[in-house]
Amino acid sequence: MTDTQADISAEIEKLSVEGLTGVRLDYPPYRSSLLRHPTKAPHPVDPETIERAAPVFGAQDVDPLEADLTVQHRGEPIGERIVVAGRVLDDAGRPVAGQLVEVWQANAAGRYIHQRDQHPAPLDPNFTGAGRCLTGPDGSYRFTTVKPGPYPWRNHVNAWRPAHIHFSLFGSQFTERLVTQMYFPGDPLFPYDPIYQSVPDARARARLVAAYDHELTVPEISTGYHWDIVLSGQRRTLFESELA
Amino acid sequence: MSAAPTAGQTVGPFFGYALPYAGDSELVPARRAGTVRLTGLVLDGAGNPVPDALVEIWQPDERGQIVQQAGSLHRDGWTFTGFGRCATDNAGRYSFTTVPPGPLAPGRVPFFAVTVFARGLLDRLFTRAYLPGPEELLDPLLSSLPDSRRRTLVARRDGDQLFFDVRLQGTEETVFLEFGAEPR
Repeated sequence: MTDTQADISAEIEKLSVEGLTGVRLDYPPYRSSLLRHPTKAPHPVDPETIERAAPVFGAQDVDPLEADLTVQHRGEPIGERIVVAGRVLDDAGRPVAGQLVEVWQANAAGRYIHQRDQHPAPLDPNFTGAGRCLTGPDGSYRFTTVKPGPYPWRNHVNAWRPAHIHFSLFGSQFTERLVTQMYFPGDPLFPYDPIYQSVPDARARARLVAAYDHELTVPEISTGYHWDIVLSGQRRTLFESELA
Repeated sequence: MSAAPTAGQTVGPFFGYALPYAGDSELVPARRAGTVRLTGLVLDGAGNPVPDALVEIWQPDERGQIVQQAGSLHRDGWTFTGFGRCATDNAGRYSFTTVPPGPLAPGRVPFFAVTVFARGLLDRLFTRAYLPGPEELLDPLLSSLPDSRRRTLVARRDGDQLFFDVRLQGTEETVFLEFGAEPR
């Protein structure tokens, strides 16, 4: 790990392309991707019936309390309490109802409970940082949590991830499966982060950022952020050959 | 009205305490008659195992019926839901206990729909793990591929075990799929 932020930023600058809305799989500034991205173009195929259906989740799968990440332990977690809410839609704008949403995140100090996270920030005995919910009939979801902190990682010297919450989503079709990350508005770390920047189009990147929403605040309790998610079975990932 | 899709982002290194759950990879209880093990390695472009990948499968039942049953996250030991999830171990191996999928239509080659996530992989990858058999060339996808590429999509059977490795990169790279437009 001898690359500096200037090295990484120069690579990010060189690879920025407007108008492509997907994420790049081949994105060298994110060093861990070097040996983990396919080099052949994806094979186009018509989805079979199984791929046009999706797993079903129900009340037996998810306890409503799992949507509140602040009540999983005896005490209150440390940090800025927030509500994160929005809707899960398909690419025709229709709600994805009754589907599973899973989230995980660092605590307010930027530390994951995961064993491999060796960042010397404090663990919070009252915060695990994982939650689940099912979307409502209108595709709505809602989590209560604390705002995660930014944290250092070893992509290059002095690399920092902007604060984010990981989201895992199922659509009404298997082809719509999505794992992504939600970011917070105005984060000063955006330009430096090769994972956020792996989406080359500025507008597509902006769609990964939640909006502060005063309507979602809870008086005396929490601030609120709104983030809608659009799932698409035709969502393209970008391969090397398309970017020449 | 059409809406611009949300881009994917890597599952990262720290999903291990959030996405795996008890019973995630046991679609049916092990040792029940007729069960199979679907297992394999996730490998990177240098042929090294990927110990921080997550593999998901979605499949019809033995008769080829698409199941629409809740209960994947809290399995009751009786209900087959068709969905499973497995994080790779330190050796890069995943393993599911399940039933072999049936054909989706008469004469079609049965397959598991597979999704792959990993640290270092910026978006999910879709593929299929087909059951081996003489009808392989009747499948529209398999028959459209040259031999060397087709092999990457067909599991190898040994008794009640099905072996299916996922190669993210390299000369034997797995065929990954992009789904075309389909009327809803």
